[in-house]
Amino acid sequence: MTKHLLSIDDLGGRDGIERILDLSESFLEITRRDMPKVPALRAKTVVSLFYEDSTRTRLSFETAAKRLSADTMTFSVSTSSVKKGESLLDTVQTIEAMGIDAIVVRHGASGAPQQVAQWSNASVINAGDGRHEHPTQALLDAFTLRKHRGPSLAGLKMVIVGDIRNSRVARSDIKIFSALGVQITLVGPKTLMPNSIVGWPVTVSHDLDEALIEADVVYLLRIQHERIGDALFPSLREYTARWGLTAERAARLKPDALVMHPGPMNRGIEIANEVADSPRSLVTEQVANGVAVRMAVLYDLLGTGGPVV
Amino acid sequence: MSNEIVIRGGTIIDATTAGNRADVLIRDGVIAEVAERIATPAGALELDADGCIIAPGFVDIQVHFREPGREESETIETGSRAAALGGCTAVVCMPNTDPPLDDAAVVQAVIARGRAVGLVDVHPSGCITKGRAGEQLAPMGEMYDLGVRIFTDDGDCVADARVMRRAFEYSTALRGAVIAQHAEDPSLVRGGHMHEGEWSARLGIPGRPSAAEVTIVARDLELARLTGGRYHVLHLSTAGAAQLVREAKLEGVHVTAECTPQHITLTDAACEHYESTFKMNPPLRGEEDRAGVFAALVDGTIDAIATDHAPHAPETKAVPFEEAPPGMLGVETSFAVACTQLVVPGHLSMQSLLARMSWQPAAIAGLDAVQGRPIAAGEPANICVIDAETQWVRHASDSASKSRNDPWEGQKLTGRVRHTVLRGAATVINGTPQR
Repeated sequence: MTKHLLSIDDLGGRDGIERILDLSESFLEITRRDMPKVPALRAKTVVSLFYEDSTRTRLSFETAAKRLSADTMTFSVSTSSVKKGESLLDTVQTIEAMGIDAIVVRHGASGAPQQVAQWSNASVINAGDGRHEHPTQALLDAFTLRKHRGPSLAGLKMVIVGDIRNSRVARSDIKIFSALGVQITLVGPKTLMPNSIVGWPVTVSHDLDEALIEADVVYLLRIQHERIGDALFPSLREYTARWGLTAERAARLKPDALVMHPGPMNRGIEIANEVADSPRSLVTEQVANGVAVRMAVLYDLLGTGGPVV
Repeated sequence: MSNEIVIRGGTIIDATTAGNRADVLIRDGVIAEVAERIATPAGALELDADGCIIAPGFVDIQVHFREPGREESETIETGSRAAALGGCTAVVCMPNTDPPLDDAAVVQAVIARGRAVGLVDVHPSGCITKGRAGEQLAPMGEMYDLGVRIFTDDGDCVADARVMRRAFEYSTALRGAVIAQHAEDPSLVRGGHMHEGEWSARLGIPGRPSAAEVTIVARDLELARLTGGRYHVLHLSTAGAAQLVREAKLEGVHVTAECTPQHITLTDAACEHYESTFKMNPPLRGEEDRAGVFAALVDGTIDAIATDHAPHAPETKAVPFEEAPPGMLGVETSFAVACTQLVVPGHLSMQSLLARMSWQPAAIAGLDAVQGRPIAAGEPANICVIDAETQWVRHASDSASKSRNDPWEGQKLTGRVRHTVLRGAATVINGTPQR
């Protein structure tokens, strides 16, 4: 990998992606030990710099860092100097001055981690930037799917449903799964599709029922209620009726088809309650695998290359 | 000190002459003589123009000098110096200052400050509406009486069609006044930070579609037709709007248009690394629009090159792309970029380029009695001397502007301004500002 993980592009294609996924397997084994901790990153310091609330992702990263014996710091924007008007640049330079090895950045503006990487000597990990990318989510999604349908995912058909236009998860997932040979169809109303898919290895459909016939995996994105106010769709009820994975639709899926969601779910809107809890659903497993995948990323970026132990 | 200047050894290109080799004698702010060989009077300043073009000074009809209100980004003094370095003898500054140029007192203050600095003729534009709020007409007549000819809410679009209609109607009583529009429908660009297309989708940045410009220009052309008002499209950036202007001109609508050097040169791909320098409104477009605007500039549909010189203090641009203010520098590099893009590859003759940078914009802004004049005895001495052959590399750190948001940083350019003369006084000699 390069010095940073800002985008799935930084992993260097299929080989690089599979290397991290393989590494994640050994860390998953470690997380299942009675004493799930290794000294790999002792004396390294990892800072979480979260400009958006995301307890899940932040805790997942911090747990991963601690299990690698790194020191962790949290720069919580809501209680910090940022509230007093400090710029991102000044904040990064301040953190940098404390002597740190990695910054995990979550920011509402696309490209913010790229800028942090330009300003900092530390490794920068993108924990979600605006509508751009969320590479560790994509890695844990690929890792989770590989455990069920791997080692090769080539030829699988994935349907991604929902607000692709505004989704960083979708952009990273499209990159990682297409690199692994998965055929991707994006489904939703045109208001939620990207304005351009030039160069995207996907097809677009506005008919969910048709797209589901062949699907091996259905990936549902969280619907943001506030999109209704921007005239992107008329109502949640209509969204569920046309684009939601209802129990009836799930019943028509191929018998071994799987269902994924990055969380947090809106049960009863994009995913029916019984589908979320059905054996098809990988949702809780996705969360569980997040720590191992993030350990692999931190180890790969900060480790000395020695054995994991 | 003598008030005489001899410009020696250059080739004159103006609206009436393309390639007449001559010396030019300037006395008391006026061109005294143009002849093959003029002896230098005792004590006169001699400006070497060997191998250079002697042309009427440039007129940049869209600059932001930020004064009053944003003096940390630019002042009338620093902006004037940058303009003089760019070969300008006149500029029109946009009214989106703080307070905005929406009443006679603020306009008067800008005029006075421009005169005191004296590096370029500073002509304020005036707001169309009070506070640039798009609702009530600003006192256009009072500002007109101070010399304002271009009225615009630039930075913002006059979105309300009824207000725009009234502005057109009212302006017809003000001979030579023109209603200039920043043509982007606010409802279509709300929340957008770059051109909507391939790159915005990839980068995950909400877009500003070309349709936002095309729809406003289409509407405004109908209103200009209806009212008989004069319409000017600021920084035209789409192939669609260019085509509408082309057709409207054929039908006799009173319309003119300008484009920036950046919109004919760069595309939205420049935003690939989230570099906020390349953020502006209207945004850098896709290749189809870029090519369409380029073609419209070449075929004469677009009358003028203006820069939308928009300085922003470095700390305001050193933020995530979506949080950065829109705008880029330009007044200093306009000729060099245009020469490199248009004249060097043979798309435009030098005279046609100078038309778009000098006498045509002067006419749009009602300055053609003193700016963009032929280089001939008796004419006001507003002149620039340009070396069209020299190649150089642009470094923003050399800029006279207070800001550094320069899209041409590190670019190799062909053509450079050597001297600038404003009403008979040298403002720039050998690329060095005289004050």
